[in-house]
Amino acid sequence: MQNDTAVEVRNISKIYSGNVEALREVSLAFPRGKLCTLLGPSGCGKTTLLKIIAGLIPANSGEVWVNGRQVDGPGPERAFVFQDFALLPWATVLRNVAFGLELRGMPPEQRNEIARKHIAEVGLAAFEASYPNQLSGGMRQRVGLARALAVNADIILMDEPFSAIDEQTRRKFQEELLDLLKHHRKTVIFVTHSIEEAAYLSDQITLLSPRPGRVAKTIAPGIDHSRGPDEIRRDKHYLDTVDEIWQMLKQYVD
Amino acid sequence: MPRPGITSSPLFWQLASFALFFGAWEIAGRWPVSAAFPPFSATLLALLEMIGDGSLGKAYVSTLQPLLIGIAICGVAGIGFGIGMGLSRTVEWFTLPVFIILQAAPMAAIIPLITYLYGIGLTSKVLAVIFLAAPVVVMNSYKGIRNANPSLIQMCRSFQGSRRQEILKIILPHAAALIFTGLRLGLAMGFIGVVIAELLITPTGIGDLITYHSSVADYPQMFAAISSIILIAAVSLHALERVERRLFPAEIRGS
Repeated sequence: MQNDTAVEVRNISKIYSGNVEALREVSLAFPRGKLCTLLGPSGCGKTTLLKIIAGLIPANSGEVWVNGRQVDGPGPERAFVFQDFALLPWATVLRNVAFGLELRGMPPEQRNEIARKHIAEVGLAAFEASYPNQLSGGMRQRVGLARALAVNADIILMDEPFSAIDEQTRRKFQEELLDLLKHHRKTVIFVTHSIEEAAYLSDQITLLSPRPGRVAKTIAPGIDHSRGPDEIRRDKHYLDTVDEIWQMLKQYVD
Repeated sequence: MPRPGITSSPLFWQLASFALFFGAWEIAGRWPVSAAFPPFSATLLALLEMIGDGSLGKAYVSTLQPLLIGIAICGVAGIGFGIGMGLSRTVEWFTLPVFIILQAAPMAAIIPLITYLYGIGLTSKVLAVIFLAAPVVVMNSYKGIRNANPSLIQMCRSFQGSRRQEILKIILPHAAALIFTGLRLGLAMGFIGVVIAELLITPTGIGDLITYHSSVADYPQMFAAISSIILIAAVSLHALERVERRLFPAEIRGS
């Protein structure tokens, strides 16, 4: 495996009980330091593929390679950001962000210090002592992101992280995510069903076809993220990418 | 804006509803609806008298004994079984049917069997409390464990949490509120169990006061004894509910 590939899946197939074929022979490589999107209509198995990469559900066949090693379970080099945030409702923002480190047995002072740094980074410094139910959806997902950053994994797996968030917050969050990633040089695998989101964020977009999920196409939008977000959204290249994806996906929608 | 009057205070309406209830009781007793139905005032006097001569206090010492022992056993063994059933399919397979049957069985029908096996002493009364209270304690703990948010469990596993951490840091805290609710409902059932036991097995404690005064037609005393147990059950359950709301406020409860 080349050194610039962070994650690679080989011939992954997944059949759920009841003979639902979610994925068939999916092979894909995710380059290091890039943001790669898995895009497709609901039922295309994109979340299933992400959870197989995370080691949260087993594949029926196929291999997952992370940093040149084959894996069959969760590992410290991967951190997951959940669609429904998955925050402990009885724990403060501080404890939630430090939770990954708590599970690793890091002493409280040390883990809280690290957590505070990442809470500040996602702009929640004033809310360390709040409980998740006191926060808006956007703020909760910031907590989820801070928790993933706190364990210092180099691969971040994001499962439709913005789908439960309103459109305005979502755009703001997308910009901040790109900004954060610029500083951290993480590899991100991002699941979404939003074409615009994929085209705006990604270095690489993989379109999956539904039932069973297979790789339909891989696109590299090649959008220059050093420009401002408003400029990007008016850019011809960005609009062409959105249109190209839509032309592909249209056939799966009935 | 007009100043809020006395009628906007919830306390006012609570007191008003009490006054209405006891007033209606007084009128119904004086009418009288039945020779065996004393007015509120006579019942209150009888209650004070029974508190004064110590008979009520003595009765509660013997009534609360099987209740507290029974609830304590449910608290330890019942919660233990519930958690075990929630965590292990094997334990669930063995014990779930037992508690489903217990929950559905009319307890009063089983009490003669308990008496036959364990006699008329404290053991039988404790068992009556346990038989009534255990199913709700067990089932609530079991459901609390089983309803643990699968997304939180996946989160724990994604950060390489062990099964032990998963139970201690996710599943048990998530179930704590429901387990506590189970204990409170168990206590409510325990009150029913202990009174049934005292009426059906041998008259002791509050059951004795009710049976004795009814047999000699001292209806105010009988009503006073009945009212006192209702009052004590209502007040203690309400207090537990407040404790529960303080320990597990809505904003920290798992969905």
